[in-house]
Amino acid sequence: MVKKILEGSHAVAEAVKLCRPHVLGMYPITPSTHIPERLAEFVNNGELNASLIRVEAEFSAISSIVGAAATGSRVFTATSSQGLALMHEVLYAASGMRLPMVMVVANRALSAPINIWNDWQDAISERENGWIQLFVENVQEAVDTVIQAYRITEDERVYNPVMVNMDGFYLTHVYEPVDIPDQKDVDEFLPPLNYKYKLDPKKPLTHGPFAYPVPYAMLRKRNFDDFHSFEPIVKEVHDEFAKKFGRSYGDGIIEEYKNDRPITIVTMGSISGTVKELVDSRDDVGLVRVRLYRPFPKERVAEALEGKEMVLVIEKDVAMGSRSGALFLDIRDALFSMRDRPRINNAIGGIGGTDITREDIAKAIDELKEKDGEIHWFEMRG
Amino acid sequence: MKGDLFAPGHRACAGCGPAIAMRHILRASGPDVIIAQATGCMEVTTTPYPETAWGVPWIHVTFENAASVASGIAEALKMQGRENTKVIAIGGDGGSADIGFGALSGMLERGHDVLYITYDNESYANTGVQRSGLTPMYAATTTTPAGSKIPGKTQRKKDLPMIAAAHHIPYVATASIAFIEDFEAKIRKALSIKGPKYIQVLAPCVPGWGIPENKTIYYARKAVETGMWVLYEIENGKLKINYRPQKLAPVKEYLEGQRRFKHLTPELIEKIQDFVKAEYEKLVSKDGMQLF
Ligand SMILES: Cc1ncc(C[n+]2csc(CCOP(=O)(O)OP(=O)(O)O)c2C)c(N)n1
Repeated sequence: MVKKILEGSHAVAEAVKLCRPHVLGMYPITPSTHIPERLAEFVNNGELNASLIRVEAEFSAISSIVGAAATGSRVFTATSSQGLALMHEVLYAASGMRLPMVMVVANRALSAPINIWNDWQDAISERENGWIQLFVENVQEAVDTVIQAYRITEDERVYNPVMVNMDGFYLTHVYEPVDIPDQKDVDEFLPPLNYKYKLDPKKPLTHGPFAYPVPYAMLRKRNFDDFHSFEPIVKEVHDEFAKKFGRSYGDGIIEEYKNDRPITIVTMGSISGTVKELVDSRDDVGLVRVRLYRPFPKERVAEALEGKEMVLVIEKDVAMGSRSGALFLDIRDALFSMRDRPRINNAIGGIGGTDITREDIAKAIDELKEKDGEIHWFEMRG
Repeated sequence: MKGDLFAPGHRACAGCGPAIAMRHILRASGPDVIIAQATGCMEVTTTPYPETAWGVPWIHVTFENAASVASGIAEALKMQGRENTKVIAIGGDGGSADIGFGALSGMLERGHDVLYITYDNESYANTGVQRSGLTPMYAATTTTPAGSKIPGKTQRKKDLPMIAAAHHIPYVATASIAFIEDFEAKIRKALSIKGPKYIQVLAPCVPGWGIPENKTIYYARKAVETGMWVLYEIENGKLKINYRPQKLAPVKEYLEGQRRFKHLTPELIEKIQDFVKAEYEKLVSKDGMQLF
């Protein structure tokens, strides 16, 4: 293990390199661009033995690695915002085909108006697409989660694509000290991929066929049912990683931070750092950080929020038409069957790269303390 | 061999031209191949889950990405040291010339070891015979109906093989399912060449063209005899016309009996004749020339 001070994107590229992917489909878009750029340096300098396909569009970035994954190669891509939206159609196909794939999304606002800065609307808009989605808090977690993502996606019980979300700019462009694991340890943790259903003339298989209504509905239901079985495997992989590398992120599903207080903030991603500072500065507020966003760990979240007076969901996205953010809907749903459920409020902010400060959050808590079902917008600054 | 790698029993129409093309693609390729196919008739009719007509590994992802999927397959095979296995991407004219055009161009430009085959039935047959960029001039389709004001499609057919060749790839060819040995030979030749290759095979569509189901090959041949479709190869940029009739048959012989051309007036037929003659002469005059 070497401690290095690295830009977030470059640290992620190091992590990807350690995982020895075979085929990478890459197209530039801010703020994910530094990831493929650094990977291209690795490939061109002979440090990473991989085929990096410099495609003509994100649609082909994802399509090319679908082809490679189906052929049995370990694959990678990274994108943001418009790039993810352009991939949309193929994302459903990839999860429908249950392929092992890993993608990093450097989260960014969606057009229009066009905006290159961070929020979560890109990933949130893909919440129904059947990809496992993890949100990380810092660069170290991004590195570690990429490595875990390969173990998760390549687990025979899973064989389902995984998306690792990291806040654009806040994490992709920040310099942080990170432990880059040793190649030997990663090799032990992540054996070479042996995908069971690969395209192979020795055993011809048809991938991605046409299906009439009944077989289609049956396959959809199977994926729907299977999807929730991934949660314990995400945890299992996280725990095994923690044992080997000595770093853990809550229980791998959610992270509770001083969650023994009457008020709990629920959020995801890098804003959790700000929330932790706030939590440290007072004694009535704790944090639950959702790390596994899809499949949504409903029972685990409910357990962590049982007995609270008030839950404040902070998020950087909107669920258009639902009068709230999207994370709020899941959290409220998790509280649905609770007898004495906590009051629950929603604070939306960070949209298009606007700031959310500790003071903003403190103010929101004080304002919403006695309320229930309020949708609050943080003041827009930045 | 137990029979064709492309099995009968698929759901394509009786007399389907593209289905004939599929059978012969696999006859020429043999079993050591992976197929990436675009959405379209040949995907829908050959893989009604849990059945499949494909005796070789086959993948379909979306309508517009067969070329990109094939790019990834070829790179994966390279990384795994399985380069002996050939990769063929297959798309209809819509999947290749229109919606998948960017992906096709990207694949050709990047130089992947892939043979891309367009089966050209000159329309979006799968969705009910709408116009594509490869629908010929004045053909009636469901989106370019023969109206009293506008007589079908008013634009010419996009010159996709030449566009492919302009990527400076090692091999481009046109083919027709009426010249099946020529088609198979071209596939075999293409597969013996490293890098990106492009073949476009004319494959009549029985319901789309409005022809009898026993006339598929007849029209695939008439197209070539009239100069509506010319068989050629462009190898390392050099053009070779493969088939030159002694004398071009009048286009009328090709247009006649096809419902999509039923509305044509003698004037329009003459316009098509003049256009075809001029285009044919232009092409033939370049025979043997280094085009790219
Ligand atoms: C993105 C997208 N747009 C539209 C369609 C609907 N669609 C399916 S097949 C097809 C036409 C296919 O035409 P072509 O490629 O010429 O193949 P053919 O049907 O003639 O075999 C269309 C429009 C689709 N599946 N996906």
